[in-house]
Amino acid sequence: MKSAVITYPGLNRESDMIMALEAVTGRAPVNVWHTEKDIPDVDLIVIPGGFSYGDYLRCGAIAARSAATDELVRQAKRGVNVLGVCNGFQILIEAGLLPGALMRNAGLKFVCRTVQLRVENASTFFTRGMSVGDTVPCPVAHGDGNYFAAEETVRRLEDTGRVVFRYTDGTNPNGSVNDIAGIVNEAGNVIGMMPHPENRIEALHGGSECRALFESLLNQMSH
Amino acid sequence: MKARITITLKNGVLDPQGKAIEGALSSLGFPGVSNVRQGKYIELDIEGGDAQAAEAAVNDMCDKLLANTVIENYSVKVS
Repeated sequence: MKSAVITYPGLNRESDMIMALEAVTGRAPVNVWHTEKDIPDVDLIVIPGGFSYGDYLRCGAIAARSAATDELVRQAKRGVNVLGVCNGFQILIEAGLLPGALMRNAGLKFVCRTVQLRVENASTFFTRGMSVGDTVPCPVAHGDGNYFAAEETVRRLEDTGRVVFRYTDGTNPNGSVNDIAGIVNEAGNVIGMMPHPENRIEALHGGSECRALFESLLNQMSH
Repeated sequence: MKARITITLKNGVLDPQGKAIEGALSSLGFPGVSNVRQGKYIELDIEGGDAQAAEAAVNDMCDKLLANTVIENYSVKVS
């Protein structure tokens, strides 16, 4: 399983993501700097979390218009799997790969805590190791994770099983519509989520419940 | 030429910052204030003397970067 991690100025979770990918897949991901026009042939491209360009203009807006993102969009359209976590989710939305918008948290505060995450779709490349209804604790750390989309878009996401993760047990930290925490694109190869599963994969994190998400990446890809 | 761009949240899009401002105005004792909505204002200089062409270019900038048309409306004035 070969992966690549794109880094933009202002990200701060790339090391955590790189460590998680290496720990579970046994292979260090390729680092791609945002100015690079080429991303090598991999099975998975990840955009980790942070604060690209200081969240200027809108979270993820500037990073979504960079050379590496252009190449990521091309590869996503060819079917390469893409995962965006937190700021990565914001960037995927700004790049037009996922619908909707991530707005300021309804409570106006940056929220850093552990939420309960329910798997709603267990047939994606990142959830195949789990079952629908599985609930795992997962950390969140964001100020702009309030998922919003036009009513018909939300209905389409719900009706077609494109909500992958939902906040449950009253732990919605940001006011997201329908408690949406993560979604997948229509083709099924681009996932964006606000929580940080890479920070819940070993005992030192306080638990390893999210490791199964990363293990979903194994045994399904050719490389 | 100078372009002045106003970006506002679409109707129906929740604006928590507007709500917080509204609450603060109320607690400062300003009566009768409602529907506070926070937006953005951007100005930029653009070369050339053709106002129509400049406005078209700035509209394009709004669609591609300056505004998120999923949640925001924008208006452009060129002078």
